[in-house]
Amino acid sequence: MDALYLLIGASLLVAGGFLGAFIWTVRRGHYDDDFTPSVRILLDDAGTPES
Amino acid sequence: MERPEQLTKYEKDAAASIRACHHCGEQCREDILLYDGHAFCCEGCRTVFDILQESNLCRYYELDGPKGLTPAETFPGKFDYLDLPEVASRVIEFTDGKLARVNWLLPKIHCISCIWLLENLNRLHPAVRSSEVNFPEKKVSIVFEMHQLTLSNLASLLTSIGYEPYLSLDDLDTKQKDPWQRTRLYKTGIAGFAFGNIMMLSFPEYFHLGTGGGDQQLRKLFTLLNFGLSIPVLLYCASDFFRSACSAWRGRYFNIDAPLALALSSVYAVSIYQLVTQSGPGYFDSFAGSVFFLLLGRYFQDKTYAGIAFDRDYKSYFPVAVTVVREDGTERRTPVSALQENDEILLRNRELVPADATLLSPAASIDYSFVSGESEKVERTAGDVIYAGGRHTGTAVRMKVLRKVSQSYLTQLWNNEAFAGNKEEQSATLAARINRYFSVAVFLLAVTAFGIWFFVFQKTETAFLAFATTLVVACPCGLFLSATFTYGNLLAILGKNRFYFKNAHAVDRLSHIDTVVFDKTGTITQTGEASVNFNGVVLTPEKRTIIRTIMAQSSHPLSRLIVQHLSADPVSRRALVSFEEVEGKGIQAQWGSTKVKIGSADWTGANFTGEGASSQVFVAFDDVIAGFYEIKSSYRPELESAVAALHQAGIRTFLLSGDKPVDVPFLSRIFRSKTVLHFGQTPAQKLDFIKALQSEGSNVMMVGDGLNDAGALRQSNVGIAVSEDANNFSPACDAILEGTELTRLPAYVRLARNGQRIIRASFCISLLYNAAGLSFALAGQLSPVIAAILMPVSSVTIVAFTTAASSLAARRLITDQGHKKAGRRS
Repeated sequence: MDALYLLIGASLLVAGGFLGAFIWTVRRGHYDDDFTPSVRILLDDAGTPES
Repeated sequence: MERPEQLTKYEKDAAASIRACHHCGEQCREDILLYDGHAFCCEGCRTVFDILQESNLCRYYELDGPKGLTPAETFPGKFDYLDLPEVASRVIEFTDGKLARVNWLLPKIHCISCIWLLENLNRLHPAVRSSEVNFPEKKVSIVFEMHQLTLSNLASLLTSIGYEPYLSLDDLDTKQKDPWQRTRLYKTGIAGFAFGNIMMLSFPEYFHLGTGGGDQQLRKLFTLLNFGLSIPVLLYCASDFFRSACSAWRGRYFNIDAPLALALSSVYAVSIYQLVTQSGPGYFDSFAGSVFFLLLGRYFQDKTYAGIAFDRDYKSYFPVAVTVVREDGTERRTPVSALQENDEILLRNRELVPADATLLSPAASIDYSFVSGESEKVERTAGDVIYAGGRHTGTAVRMKVLRKVSQSYLTQLWNNEAFAGNKEEQSATLAARINRYFSVAVFLLAVTAFGIWFFVFQKTETAFLAFATTLVVACPCGLFLSATFTYGNLLAILGKNRFYFKNAHAVDRLSHIDTVVFDKTGTITQTGEASVNFNGVVLTPEKRTIIRTIMAQSSHPLSRLIVQHLSADPVSRRALVSFEEVEGKGIQAQWGSTKVKIGSADWTGANFTGEGASSQVFVAFDDVIAGFYEIKSSYRPELESAVAALHQAGIRTFLLSGDKPVDVPFLSRIFRSKTVLHFGQTPAQKLDFIKALQSEGSNVMMVGDGLNDAGALRQSNVGIAVSEDANNFSPACDAILEGTELTRLPAYVRLARNGQRIIRASFCISLLYNAAGLSFALAGQLSPVIAAILMPVSSVTIVAFTTAASSLAARRLITDQGHKKAGRRS
């Protein structure tokens, strides 16, 4: 039965990690714009004049 | 480098009658400029192409086809005010002294090519370090080196490729607000996290596991963990409901959050009680689940169109800066807010008069369509007072400021009481109205159950349990979810059909509309489109060529329309002798031995006293009048069927116009009466007219476009701003409709009414679940497992039903009409 205590603790820790990741993404503004990045990834880079 | 050249007649024939501009994709209607093997419709488009080609950015055209923007008319020094330290400090978001970041709104952003071009801005100017586009908000965040690129040059750079940044007094006055969605997301995310984990920890309870003695410790731990997980849900996630209920309580009115807060707090109280007395596991799962679903519903319902602003007031229209002429004769761009009485200002072509002023120059031509709806320009002479909001056309004029911007004639409209209140609080939505009865009924039921258990059966604990669980199971969540998801879905569907609503309340109010009031200029007439007719002797092709050649030299809007009208005729390359354009009067030129005069009646010497229904441009050859061009604003082709459909739906229609009485026979045929047409209305009269209709008990929808409708839009139950492009700036309103969709207005009203029916139906469905749950609750037998099953199942059913039903209704109403329209055309 003691294994359960460990498992519960571990599962909450993992879930808490995901929650933390979610909060981090919101804070970094990942949900502020849900359209442009999906387009940007498909556009070719014109390349900078230096490179 | 190859010079742009005008095509000869033969080349043009070969180029086919229709040619799309290589840059903007518009049909070239006037002259075709041939450059680098491509056709361009105007010098502006060609210049942008040139800039892009020089920087090797022509991939722009490959991405999304020719969708470029024609740069707006501008003049040197337009953005100089940005370099003033006090303005710069407000515009720059962040700076470390070397690099600076600005986040500008570029309303013209519209396609994938725009993103590509703007994100490659460093190719156009090496001082740009990086640029990032936020497409939904139509903003671009640019990091650049301050010492190599000034703010004014950056703004000019963007303008030169067609993306003029929108800088308004409003946005400069207040710093950017925090993005509201973030708080919403935190709350929804945390509630979802707590809900999932509490549910998982409650599983042993659902299946009656762990009843053995050895598991008691584990059971206690699970309950404690559930309690711990529910604390942030109560204190953080659900705080909005409690706050709103509190303010309703204090304000002595009843809102939808009040019973919700009561239900949530009673379920929490029962759970704590069970936890303390160890009599059960509590209802933490149902509690967290309810909060999660409610927040999710609100998120969908309140999803906003970030790129569209609904709360614009006069400040958004006025320019940020104006040229002030100082005593020593030097000119300086000054922010409008710093404008003082008796300042001398210089206005260039197409600039807006920022404050009431007296004209110093001999004459000016002012377009008040924006303020009064009057479509014709008015001529003013020195000494006349010119009100703020008029648009000056023609050569630069000087004026002396009479009053500060905040005290101008137009700004006073905003002092009206209509602008004080909040429409959302004036009327209750359907959900709130049902809720009033529903909550009272549930509360009475709960009290009765409590009374029976307490007094009749003498079971104190069961009485409390029955009381609390009745509130839990009959919680108005179902009703709430029906409304939020139906409105949320309708908002999304209407948005896809280019009808953008500010919020769900406005959709609710739309369903009660029984009167529609239209504005004329710009709303039911098309801006920029006009019908041109020639009245007089038949013009020979040679004479048409003469007229076109002369008119092509002028930038006057009427000249442009006539050139467009004559686009089938060739342009001569003959040099014009003694060409002269007299501001506000007309053009005169020598064509060989013939003296040609084109312009107003008095100027050409015509004897004409017509009604003011249209603009006339007279043509005289050697002082003999050949006739005149009659230019009328044209009505939207869909107008007739839209008004007819509204009448069919039993909706009254009115027309309010700031213009003179024009086209009365045509309009009274469409509106089926002459008495509903009201002309010469001032902005304040429009507002009073709406108020008068409302005092008769009507629910009024106002459809308007300009600042002159701002009061009426505000006063009406639903104010709809019609715009050619939703990203333009329309006055404060409840919804923005794209002009081409005007014909669908009746269908949209029907859709909103259907929405109400869907809410009622799904509310009935949730009542079935409630009835099932109540039978347990009243008996004091509602176990957490039943609550935990009923709650999500009913939520999911409601969400699925409302979404499916509203999508179906939308498909039926909106596409049906499309079919009908197509059928009628064929």
